[in-house]
Amino acid sequence: MTNSTLEIGSTAEKRRRISFGVALVVTGLAIYLLFAVNTQPGALTTFGLNLLGSRAVEVSDLVVPALPAIYLLAAVAVFSGAYQMARGVRSTGWLVGILAFTFVTAFLLWGARDKSFNLTGMLSSSLVRATPIALAALCGVISERAAVINIGVEGIMLIAAQVAVVTATVSGSLYVGLLCAILIGGLIAAFHAFIVIRFRVDQVVSGVAINIFGTGVTSYISSRFMQAAGDKLNNSGTFPIIAIPGLSKIPVLGPVLFENNLIVYLTILLVIVMHILLYYTPWGLRTRAVGEHPKAADTLGVNVYLMRYVNVIIGGMIAGIGGAYFTIGSVGRFDEIMTAGKGFIGLAAMIFGNWNPIGAYTSSLIFGFADSLQVKLQILRVPIPSEFLLMAPYIVTMIILTGVVGRAVPPAADGQHYEK
Amino acid sequence: MSNTTALETKEKKRSALRSELLVPALAVLSGLILGAIVILVSGENPLLAYGALFKGSFGNPLDLIGGLQTYFSTGETRALLRAIYPFTESLVTATPYIFAGLSVALGFRCGLFNIGAEGQFFIGALCSAFVGYSIQGLPMIVHLPLAILAGALGGALWGMVPGYLKARFGAHEVVNTIMMNWIAFRLSDWLLNGPMKSSGFRPVTPNVLATAELPRIFPDPLRFNLGFFIALLAAYAVYWFLFKTTLGFEIRSVGANPDAARYAGMSVIRNFVLVMALAGGLAGMAGTAQVLGVDHWVGQGFSAGYGFDAIALALLGKSHPFGVVLSALLFGFLRSGATNMQSMARIPIDIISIIQGMVIIFIAAPDIIRWLYRMREVKKEETVLTRGWGS
Repeated sequence: MTNSTLEIGSTAEKRRRISFGVALVVTGLAIYLLFAVNTQPGALTTFGLNLLGSRAVEVSDLVVPALPAIYLLAAVAVFSGAYQMARGVRSTGWLVGILAFTFVTAFLLWGARDKSFNLTGMLSSSLVRATPIALAALCGVISERAAVINIGVEGIMLIAAQVAVVTATVSGSLYVGLLCAILIGGLIAAFHAFIVIRFRVDQVVSGVAINIFGTGVTSYISSRFMQAAGDKLNNSGTFPIIAIPGLSKIPVLGPVLFENNLIVYLTILLVIVMHILLYYTPWGLRTRAVGEHPKAADTLGVNVYLMRYVNVIIGGMIAGIGGAYFTIGSVGRFDEIMTAGKGFIGLAAMIFGNWNPIGAYTSSLIFGFADSLQVKLQILRVPIPSEFLLMAPYIVTMIILTGVVGRAVPPAADGQHYEK
Repeated sequence: MSNTTALETKEKKRSALRSELLVPALAVLSGLILGAIVILVSGENPLLAYGALFKGSFGNPLDLIGGLQTYFSTGETRALLRAIYPFTESLVTATPYIFAGLSVALGFRCGLFNIGAEGQFFIGALCSAFVGYSIQGLPMIVHLPLAILAGALGGALWGMVPGYLKARFGAHEVVNTIMMNWIAFRLSDWLLNGPMKSSGFRPVTPNVLATAELPRIFPDPLRFNLGFFIALLAAYAVYWFLFKTTLGFEIRSVGANPDAARYAGMSVIRNFVLVMALAGGLAGMAGTAQVLGVDHWVGQGFSAGYGFDAIALALLGKSHPFGVVLSALLFGFLRSGATNMQSMARIPIDIISIIQGMVIIFIAAPDIIRWLYRMREVKKEETVLTRGWGS
C-alpha cells in the first residue's frame, strides 16, 4: 500500500520534472524563434538607468549588443531545461523565475533594439503600480488569516477612492482625505464582518454585494453630484514625492525605492509591520489560530468573533488606503470604476504569496511589473496591438493562479462560519 | 393516518413556499425603501421618482385605456401600441437578464460562482454579430440559428476556460472569471477598432443582416421580439436538465457536496467543465438575444453591468430557473423604468445598482429580513453557495 502510493508520488514528481524541463526548453526555442531571428546582428539595446528629474547620482546607461544577449538567454533557458529534465531541481520557484526572467529580458532586448528603454523608470513605475494591488492583497491576508474572505476589496477601494478625493478637495487637506478613506474602509469592512459573523451570510456573496453596491453608489454620486460640481468636489491634488535624504542618491535603487509618495512608503511599512505582528506577537498567533482551527482557539480562551471583527476591520482600513491611492495618491481626481479589477488582482497576489504579507507584496510587484511593462511597450511601439498588451496583467494573474494555487495552502477554516 | 400526514406535509410545504416567496419579496421591498432614502437624501421626491419608474416600466394605465378605446372605436392601433410600449420594452430588457441569470444560477447549483457572465455575454454578442453580418445569402431559417449557435458557442468557450482551470488545477473561478472579463473587454476593444469595425467612425460592428435578426412581434418602434420566448424556453430547458436528468442530478450532487459526489463515483472535474461551459453558453445567449433582437450591432461597453445583475438575479431567484425568470422580469421592469426616472426625475440610473446590492445582502441573509420584520424562524437546510478558495 505504502509502496504503491510512493510510486504514484514519484511518477507524478517525474512528470512534473519533465514538464517543467520541457517548458524551459520550449521557452528557449521561443526566444530564439521569436526574437533572435528578427534581430539584426550588431543591433544595440540601451537600458537607461537614470530617471529624469531624480536626485540620484548619474551613471552611464547600460548598452547591450542585442543579438548575442538574446542568444545567451535562449541558451540559459534551454540549458536549465535540459538540466531539469536530467537531474531535477527541487525549487520550482527558481525554475519559474528563470523562465520568466529569460523570456521577459529577451523580449525587452528585442523590443527596444536600436532604441533606448528606461529600466529605472520601468522599475519605479512597477513599484508604484504594485501599491494598490499590494494593499488589496494585505487586506485579504489579514482578513483571511482570521478565516474571513473579503472579496469586496474592489468595492471598498472604489468607495474609499471617492471619499478620499471628495473630502480632500473640500477640506483642502490630503491627510483628511486619507483619514476619511481609512475610516470608510473600516466601516464597510465592519459591515461585512457584521453580516458575515452575526447573520452568517455567505462571505463571497456578501463581498460581491459590496462590490455591486460600491460600483452603484460611486457612479451615482459621481453622476449626480460630482460632474456638475466639477473641480469643487473632484480636484484634490496628490501627495508629493518625498525623497529620502541620502538614500535617494543611490543610482537606480534611489529613484525606485526612495523617491515615492506617502502611500507607497506606507505600504512597504505595513508589509513589514504586518509580518512582525502576524508571526511574532500573541495577537498574530491568535489570529492564525482563529483562521486555522477556531474551535481549538476558542477552547483556549481566544475570542474568535472579536478576533475576526478586528482583523476584518483592519483589513478594510488597509483597503481604504489602497482606495485613496487611486485618487489622492496618483491622479487627484475620481473616475467611475477606476479601480479596474485591481482588487481582484490583489486577491490573486495574496494567493500567490501564500497568505503571508511579504509573499503577497512580492507577487504584487510581479503584477505591478506586468502592468508597467505593458505601458512601456506601447511607448516602444512594439508591433503588438495595445489592447493585447493591456491584457497582460490579467493573463499573468490567471497563469499564476493556475500554476500556484494547487500548492498554496489557505488557512484551514478560510471562508467558514464559526458557531459556538 | 396517511391522510392527515399528507395534509400536514401539504400545509408545511405551503408555508415553506410562502416563506420562500415572502423573504425575496420583503428583500426587494427593503431595497426599494433604502433606494427611496437615497433619493430623499439627494434632494428629490422619492414618490415622484418611483412614479416615473412605474410609468417607465408598465406604462401609464390611462394611456392604455385610451388606446383600447380608440382601437375598439376606430381600429386605429397606434395609440394602443404607444401605450403598451413601456411594458414591452421592460420585457425586452428582461430577456438578456433571463439568460444571464440562468447562467449564474446553473453555476450556483454546481457550487461554482460565475462572475464572468459579463465577459461571456460580450463574446457571445460579438460571435453572433460576426456570423450575423459576415455570412451573406443564407435564408433566415439557416442564418438565424447559426448566429444564435455562434453566440452560445463563443460564450461557452469563454466559460469553459475558468471551468477547466478550476477542475484541473483548482484555480478559483471567481478570480479567473473576472480576469476573463477584462480579457474579453480588451479583446473586444481591439476587435471593434480593427477587424470587426464597421465603415463608420464609431468603434461598432456593422449591422447584422435582416436574415439573422430575431423577428419582432409588433411593428416598429416596438422592439419586443422572439428572443423573449427563447429565453422562457431556455429557462424550462435548464429546469428540465437540472431536475429531470441524471446529469442534472450529478451536477446538483457535486454542488451540494463534492466529496460525497466523488465518493459516489461522479466526476467532479467533468461536471465543473460542463457546467461552466453551459453557463458560459447561456450568458453568451444573453448577448446574442440583445444583439440579434434589439440592437443589431455591438459597441463598446455592450455588456456593462449584466454580470453583476446576473448574480443578483440568481440569488434573488434562489438559483431556481423559474425564480430566475420572475426576478429577471422584476429587474427588467426596474431597469427599463429607471431610464424614464433618469430623464423625468433626474435620478441617475445607478440607483438601481445600489438597490441591487442591498437586495443581494438581504437575500443572502434572510435572518436580517426576519429580524427586521419580526418573522418566525423557519428551520430548513441552507444551501451552500460558495466555498473558500477551491480544493
